Amino acid sequence: MNGTVIEVNRLTKLFKSLRAVDDVSFKIYQGEILGLLGPNGAGKTTIIHMLLGLTTPTSGEIKIFGLNLKKDRKKIIQDVNFSSSYVSMPLSLTVKESLRVFARLYGVRDKEKRITELLKIFEIEGIKGRTVRQISSGHQTRLNLAKALINNPKVLFLDEPTASLDPDIADKTRSLLKSIKKDRNISILYTSHNMKEMEEMSDRIIFLHRGKIIAEGKPEELIRSFKRKNLEEVFLKVAREEKE
Amino acid sequence: MKFHRCIALFTRHMYLYKRSIPRLLEVFYWPLLDLLVWGFITIYFAQFREKLPGFVTYFIGALILWDILFRSQQGISVSFLEDVWSRNLLNLFASPLNPAEYIFSLMVVSVAKLVIVATVMATLAWILYSFNIFLIGISLIPFILNLIVMGWAIGIMTTALILRFGQEAEVLAWAVGILFMPVSAVFYPVSVLPSFLRALARLVPASYVFEGMREVVAAGKFPLSDLLRSSGLNAAYILFALLFFNWIFKMVRQKGLLVKIGE
Repeated sequence: MNGTVIEVNRLTKLFKSLRAVDDVSFKIYQGEILGLLGPNGAGKTTIIHMLLGLTTPTSGEIKIFGLNLKKDRKKIIQDVNFSSSYVSMPLSLTVKESLRVFARLYGVRDKEKRITELLKIFEIEGIKGRTVRQISSGHQTRLNLAKALINNPKVLFLDEPTASLDPDIADKTRSLLKSIKKDRNISILYTSHNMKEMEEMSDRIIFLHRGKIIAEGKPEELIRSFKRKNLEEVFLKVAREEKE
Repeated sequence: MKFHRCIALFTRHMYLYKRSIPRLLEVFYWPLLDLLVWGFITIYFAQFREKLPGFVTYFIGALILWDILFRSQQGISVSFLEDVWSRNLLNLFASPLNPAEYIFSLMVVSVAKLVIVATVMATLAWILYSFNIFLIGISLIPFILNLIVMGWAIGIMTTALILRFGQEAEVLAWAVGILFMPVSAVFYPVSVLPSFLRALARLVPASYVFEGMREVVAAGKFPLSDLLRSSGLNAAYILFALLFFNWIFKMVRQKGLLVKIGE
């Protein structure tokens, strides 16, 4: 593992009286996939939104590439990208047009070459002329991932990226993400409700519960510390304790 | 401000207009319908032209100019809603695009849109009613610019309110522009209004534009004072609208509302 790419210190987000994120600190290293795990409302997506500068923290500090996000967001965000299953590309644009728009937004050089490369990587060349509205949700997810890689980011935030994919495409996507991470040494912050996927993808996992970090470590370490057989059982234990 | 990011957003909307039927209706259908209904009313009333000289010019000219203001406003607020409806807003604001570039791009989109709308309406007015809006003269240009700026100010304010109050407030994109119509002296002079509305009309830049246009038609004089008043008010309003948007943008990031409207 190389140097620190993201450093989060005592991050807190209050929505009125609700502590969505409560005094959270963690680091992400270069070339690492860090999984954020937790039941709905644990604060995973809020953390990603704060790391992107879309939501302002109530307190705490975020440093990416050694720069303070509050002061240097412009510089930082040029080398960051994200994909979420809850966010879509412009529905009336074709697959290729929407990638062109984002290539321009990120100031990508040799746009057409990069777009052709990504269409090929995500196997969506055949639908490049179809509008986003016309393509399946699986294709939309792949398009979102292609957008997320358009600027060759050094950091990638992926919020449930395989949520609407069939097992075959989800498996291909995971393999692809792992190979991209390996080839380009990029750091990825990953959330998913698929526990097998989290075990497979993450080098390290942070377990969140009611906005707080309750456990942190490699997947096998977490399983051991909760005395369970797999990550899914760990998740169920925490989620059910919450309901009780 | 980075030009390539503004071009990116402008291109995004031009791609949309290329194939979106609802958006094309906005450019062609509604202006055409306005022109047909109000144009024929004008023809009917034109029989009283001896009592009211320049009536056709007033009415159809006013209609085209009002549409310029309305489309200028919609060019901002409906273009913003387009990104909300597409659930694309977060992709945009997670990119290096900043709010100033976003608003500037939408201003350019609105100009492109209203150039098309105005051309369509002016051509139709000429074909259907032999009305040539350019006969009003070159003095029309600064007045048109004022209508565009007022449309921008309303559009930016409306967009800020939708950001703050969410999609339930999207009706404002159509309602707020129309709200200014009664006090903009579009089809009648400010003097016919009751005194409290007259006072209100004096704060609306468009009222000076339409009064000025009537003076050009009736007396052939260029109403410089109307233009200056309109420009002064517009300068204040656009500045206020930009500051208001900036304030609301910071607020929605703090309250976590940007991500709610974007998902």
